[in-house]
Amino acid sequence: MKHMTRKATRHVNQNEGLIFEKSSAGKAAWKLPPLDVPEVDTAKLLGSSERKDLGAMPEVSEIEIIRHFTRMSTWNYAIDLGMYPLGSCTMKYNPRVNEAVARVEGIANGHPYQPEKISQGALYILKTLSEQLIEITGMDAITLQPAAGAHGEMTGLLMVRAYHQSKGNARKKILIPDSAHGTNPATAAMVNYAVENLKSDSRGMVDIASLEAQMNEDVAALMLTNPNTLGVFEQDIHKIADILHAKGGLLYMDGANMNALVGKVRPGDFGVDVMHLNLHKTFSTPHGGGGPGSGPVAIKKALEPFLPTPVVTTKSDGTLGFDYDRPHSVGRVRAFYGNFGMFVRALAYIQANGPDGLRQTTEDAVLNANYIRKGLEGTYDLPYSTPTMHEVVFSDRLQFKKGVRTMDIAKRLIDYGFHPYTTAFPLIVPGALMIEPTESESKEEMDLFVEAMKSIAEEVEEDPQIVLDAPHSTRVSRLDETAAARKPVLRWKPAN
Amino acid sequence: MLKAIGLRSVDDLFAPIPAEYRLTRDLNIPRQMAESEIVDFFRQRSRENGDGYTSFLGAGAYFHYRPVIIDSLISRGEFLTAYTPYQAEISQGTLQSIFEFQTMICELTGMEVANASMYDGSTAAAEGVMMAVRLTGRRSVVVARSLHPEYREVLATYATHQGMPLSVAGFGDDGRVNLKDLEKAITPETACVLVQSPNFFGTIEDVAAIAEIAHKHGAMLVVSIAEAVSLGIVEPPRAADVIAMEAQSFGVPLGFGGPYCGVIATREKYVRQMPGRLVGQTTDKQGKRGFVLTLATREQHIRREKATSNICTNQALIALMVNIFMTVYGKVGLKELAKQNLAKTAYAAGHFAKHGKLLFGGAPRFNEFVVQTSEDPYAINSRLLGHKMVGGLPLKKFYPELGNVALWCCTEMTTRSAIDTAVGLVAESERSVRSAKEEVEEVAR
Repeated sequence: MKHMTRKATRHVNQNEGLIFEKSSAGKAAWKLPPLDVPEVDTAKLLGSSERKDLGAMPEVSEIEIIRHFTRMSTWNYAIDLGMYPLGSCTMKYNPRVNEAVARVEGIANGHPYQPEKISQGALYILKTLSEQLIEITGMDAITLQPAAGAHGEMTGLLMVRAYHQSKGNARKKILIPDSAHGTNPATAAMVNYAVENLKSDSRGMVDIASLEAQMNEDVAALMLTNPNTLGVFEQDIHKIADILHAKGGLLYMDGANMNALVGKVRPGDFGVDVMHLNLHKTFSTPHGGGGPGSGPVAIKKALEPFLPTPVVTTKSDGTLGFDYDRPHSVGRVRAFYGNFGMFVRALAYIQANGPDGLRQTTEDAVLNANYIRKGLEGTYDLPYSTPTMHEVVFSDRLQFKKGVRTMDIAKRLIDYGFHPYTTAFPLIVPGALMIEPTESESKEEMDLFVEAMKSIAEEVEEDPQIVLDAPHSTRVSRLDETAAARKPVLRWKPAN
Repeated sequence: MLKAIGLRSVDDLFAPIPAEYRLTRDLNIPRQMAESEIVDFFRQRSRENGDGYTSFLGAGAYFHYRPVIIDSLISRGEFLTAYTPYQAEISQGTLQSIFEFQTMICELTGMEVANASMYDGSTAAAEGVMMAVRLTGRRSVVVARSLHPEYREVLATYATHQGMPLSVAGFGDDGRVNLKDLEKAITPETACVLVQSPNFFGTIEDVAAIAEIAHKHGAMLVVSIAEAVSLGIVEPPRAADVIAMEAQSFGVPLGFGGPYCGVIATREKYVRQMPGRLVGQTTDKQGKRGFVLTLATREQHIRREKATSNICTNQALIALMVNIFMTVYGKVGLKELAKQNLAKTAYAAGHFAKHGKLLFGGAPRFNEFVVQTSEDPYAINSRLLGHKMVGGLPLKKFYPELGNVALWCCTEMTTRSAIDTAVGLVAESERSVRSAKEEVEEVAR
């Protein structure tokens, strides 16, 4: 490394095989209490349905399990270790009080079918979070049932379809900007809508002329991310909404980038009809290595009849309950009520912030993104000079002259002790570097990041090979993904 | 920082937002709370939420013991606060653990490949069905009425706009899929049959017989498993083509219905039509073993509208809980655990049968059973509540044809004394109904 990084130092970490390679007969990490009812003859009870053997399931001791997972954990990068600037993913701090309150006995062990009379605590959490998210988004009603963002998109489009159907014409297609996340078109297909691409203009925003030309009575909705995936606020949002509404279409907002708006502006106020939130982005619930998420969908009044069942309601005696009797509902999208544990965490986050905290969170997130933009402008190519909200998108145009792509720079960033930014997305920027610091980062951490990025740019000029071969300091070097896909090995098998 | 950027105030950062939409007031939500107040708030909610009650509820959400090391390990920030492992070099911990998860799910289900997780059992079942539709090129689906009613509702929602007509196969006196009914429901257009085993009534289906009928007509068999602990002692549905599982029983808290952990497992030849993430083994430049997300060309971020599913974020941390649970119990413990469930249930079912009527006696069951009473089960349950007990789930809402029935569940956590108390209250109810009836007859005479 040409410029020794101030962020990270190499450190020994432990090797660890697969758990199956440590297994041997007789080791155990479990103990059951003595049975207080008579033993049963399983062969007699189950007959041919009795299972005789559990195959290659492991047999290991408790300390082995603790070490196994602890060792593996040290091979991961995480927010708890440092800045995690993945654009559009909003990798912010996950407060630990959220984890503590999600584990309080009655909340952790509540059964989804326990009588409403003894579920008032959970129902109150559902109701309170719903009301607060409605206030934050400026919408009229909400469902918390969807399990993740993409699931929320599906739920939202189901309601869009039901709404149009109620007007006598379900319509045929969804307009999606070319800068959109891949889940948007995939979702439209699941709800049996055709996808029509909408191009962006020179500012990276929706091209109004194209929208006007493409909008007609066949279009059910426009799925718009705002700020969009370039981190740019769609300044013509009112025109966009008007064009859609004039032809009876709806404006769907993908709330992936809501961290740029909370407390400063409300989608409901700028013409959005349906939107989903990602509690695992904006509202601090942990990403956990890929989930669980939670994707509530907020809507305007006109779509309320179509909400998934059940919805929380206040009964005549003042207690809370579930209303299942909703004849126009799109139906259920998930068993029970959604990822309830994530609701608990999101509510705790909102409580810890309050109105002033939420506003400051947004301001800090936008300030941080602009600080990084300023720090790296000139060093990296900025394809769109439009003002930046919560994330900034550079391109690898300058570095590509030396044969270095965004993925190479990303891998080199690992050597400097950072998780990479989002690479090669959005698709409208060739060789994109999409950086979202979130409000969680201090000036000191961001200065280290800017320093690392500048140092890599210098390396590209002086010794591009060092970047092309990165990472150099990880326990495994670049992995052969082609071989993995060509001849997939998707499970361990015992040696015969 | 503002100075470095060249701005005077934070408001300048929000200039791109048209002024008429900018919020000029505080959000109308309560003021900031201190950590102690937040903890207090949720403790209060906990007290209002069945804390301290003994429950006989199952029906797709099961109360099993969770070894404490699950939470110690998943609370490590390196697992808790990491993103999806797209950058393999700094995600080997998550990737290797998913690879182990996939392996253990294969071992337990008897399938050849398993994915990294789905949202839950209900959506996994719907996605399993959609997989069969893609694989067979046929569109209609036969669903067992003994499948969890909410899973059926979710499938109906997913199927509505995909041109997938659903038909239902009823259950017989033994609570299992009525095979004659099934045979009648299948047509040359049937893509798959979807059943659950153990089914919603806790009864173990004759999967081999169902598979034979489905396969005879060129349809696939998708089997939903909602009670994962059953796999310790019940033969897995090896004749299935796709298994759509809910793994909540493996160390995931009830949590009022979520987050849980769906999984899809299938045959290797079907893997390219599988939804969700998959981890595969490979090597690095030095030939060292490592793991990566693989076969991504099935997924939305590559294929967009042509993807196998729109799923992106899954239930990774919950899958890690499941993984640790499976590792703790392992080859021997899972079997012993399942045996305890079986023994408690056999004891309870036997005692309930002395007073109420035990339905579906003709087939083996795992840890749930259906009891018919003379009195409305809601009335019995409200008396149980007085003993800080939650009785079986009344099924009137889902199966009105069965009359006064409730679905009871026992796990290793259910004590004999709790069972005896509940049985006693059901017995009392039967006695009082009987004596009331006798009184009426007396008067009539």
